[in-house]
Amino acid sequence: MNEAELVEMARKCRVDIVEMIHKAGAGHPGGSLSAIDLIVGLYGTGFRFKTEEPNWKDRDRFIMSKGHASPAVYSILHNLGVLSKNDIDGFRTLGSVCQGHVDMKWTNGVDFSAGSLGMGLSFGLGCALAARMDKSERRIWVMIGDGETQEGQIWEAAMAADFHKVGNLNVIIDRNRIQNDDFMEVQMEIGDIGKKFNSFGWKVIEINGHNMKEITDAIEEANIEQNQPCAIVAHTIKGKGVSFMENNPGFHGKAPNDEELRVALEELS
Amino acid sequence: MSAPSSGGASRDGYGSALLKLSKDPRVVVLEADLGKSTKSCLFRAEHPERTISLGIAEQNMMLVSAGLASSGKIPFASTFAIFTERAFEQVRNGIARPGLVVHICGSHGGIHTGTDGSSAQSIEDLAIYRTIPNLTVMHPCDDLSAEELTLQLLDHEKPSYTRTARNKVPRIYNYDSVKGIKIGKGNIIQEGNDVAIIACGVMVNEAVIAAEKLMEDGVNACVVDMHTIKPLDGELISRLIEQCGCFVTVEDHSIIGGLGGGIAEYLSTNKPTPLEIVGVNDRFGESGNTEELMVHLNINSDSIVDAAKRAIKRK
Repeated sequence: MNEAELVEMARKCRVDIVEMIHKAGAGHPGGSLSAIDLIVGLYGTGFRFKTEEPNWKDRDRFIMSKGHASPAVYSILHNLGVLSKNDIDGFRTLGSVCQGHVDMKWTNGVDFSAGSLGMGLSFGLGCALAARMDKSERRIWVMIGDGETQEGQIWEAAMAADFHKVGNLNVIIDRNRIQNDDFMEVQMEIGDIGKKFNSFGWKVIEINGHNMKEITDAIEEANIEQNQPCAIVAHTIKGKGVSFMENNPGFHGKAPNDEELRVALEELS
Repeated sequence: MSAPSSGGASRDGYGSALLKLSKDPRVVVLEADLGKSTKSCLFRAEHPERTISLGIAEQNMMLVSAGLASSGKIPFASTFAIFTERAFEQVRNGIARPGLVVHICGSHGGIHTGTDGSSAQSIEDLAIYRTIPNLTVMHPCDDLSAEELTLQLLDHEKPSYTRTARNKVPRIYNYDSVKGIKIGKGNIIQEGNDVAIIACGVMVNEAVIAAEKLMEDGVNACVVDMHTIKPLDGELISRLIEQCGCFVTVEDHSIIGGLGGGIAEYLSTNKPTPLEIVGVNDRFGESGNTEELMVHLNINSDSIVDAAKRAIKRK
């Protein structure tokens, strides 16, 4: 897919995200909308994945550690043809394959059971070590939130990934500067995340997380790296694409009402 | 039964099992700086390429294990029992919830850890892990049974937690009898009809000694090695309700929620039967040598004899 096609796919995903959350009456629009350009960019840049065989052993892995942004994952899987409209319409309802937080046990194409922050990077490290033992070329991509880096386990994993020199492990940090309760600068500002990962031995690339060209370039650059893990610090805007959700802590975990949905869809049309 | 021979600690059995399991290339071993203690070092010495050191970082170790399992490996991760508890939520959310087959071993469980003191004496691990759906929970009594049960994990399709102990205890099994044990099935060490003494881990030996003392008083106790705490062998317990009519459970663990708790749940929801629970009485341990501590905390053979007599009176 070219850049324009990826941008268009991200727009469609945004529509799915707000509709899914509105229909469920619950969910996390802010972090889904900040992450979606990155996810579309990843799947659109040589990510090895078979839509007809989502559990193909040698697929690349996408580990969504910030599992509350599940609508972003479901929307891309829907747009790739893995999940049906009916599937995503069932988001958060009893028996649905689209659970509140992404769960590998419930959803084809989901590689990790998330929901408790801080665990995905360690899981990705395990996948990366297994790939190396198997002499497989599969690459492991983990997405974490910036607030999530407050979890100590992230830094346990960062330290271990450097020690084990896993060049097939990459992390994308959705740097939207807002967490559940408020702005990070109020709750617990982490500072220069790139510098911190770099001091843990990681290659670091900083990008605008809503510029598709910068996203795909960074992913390609990370994919070339074989000797050290790579962190892409993606500067994003929480709620990106819906004016009243943008940079608004109030829409971290709140569904739009009917009127808000109408405005959102108008803006995304 | 034959006189107990001196054997190794259950942690030694875990280590020797890992070595035998190494024939399967899917088996990988994870360590958190305690491989020399848990005995995974035996595997490391032979297979460094399949041994992953995670440093003193147990939470990370659990999820690295999960990632490996999701990629077709069979991970065996070990540290002290108490430090697995630090990663309880990782075990719950990262391993058991998605049903990833990771085998966790917590060594140095119980007050048998001795002089290290209460910070290292895990007396709640069996209780907390028993609450997690899909997780098999075991506590073998000697080195031979620990080895056998660990070997059986290769074909076990669920994640597991196995508690091993630091200290050597007399062997309950020999090389022949150990072949008869099976994950999920309690094993009768000694038959009897007056009281059923259900024990796990290092306390099986104390139960055997207690049974000998009870015999002197004319009491025939049935002694069971309940090495698998979950799933509990309800079939055997039901049989013993009829056969003995009262129970004593024995564990180097809190009296709350462990083996005693599990059997109390089973009895009360099936056929209420007198039960006495021998274990650490809702308190923390402390430093001391093992024999002193077992007396101090009332979890030795004399405590079992007293409990058996109380249980029989309540029939």
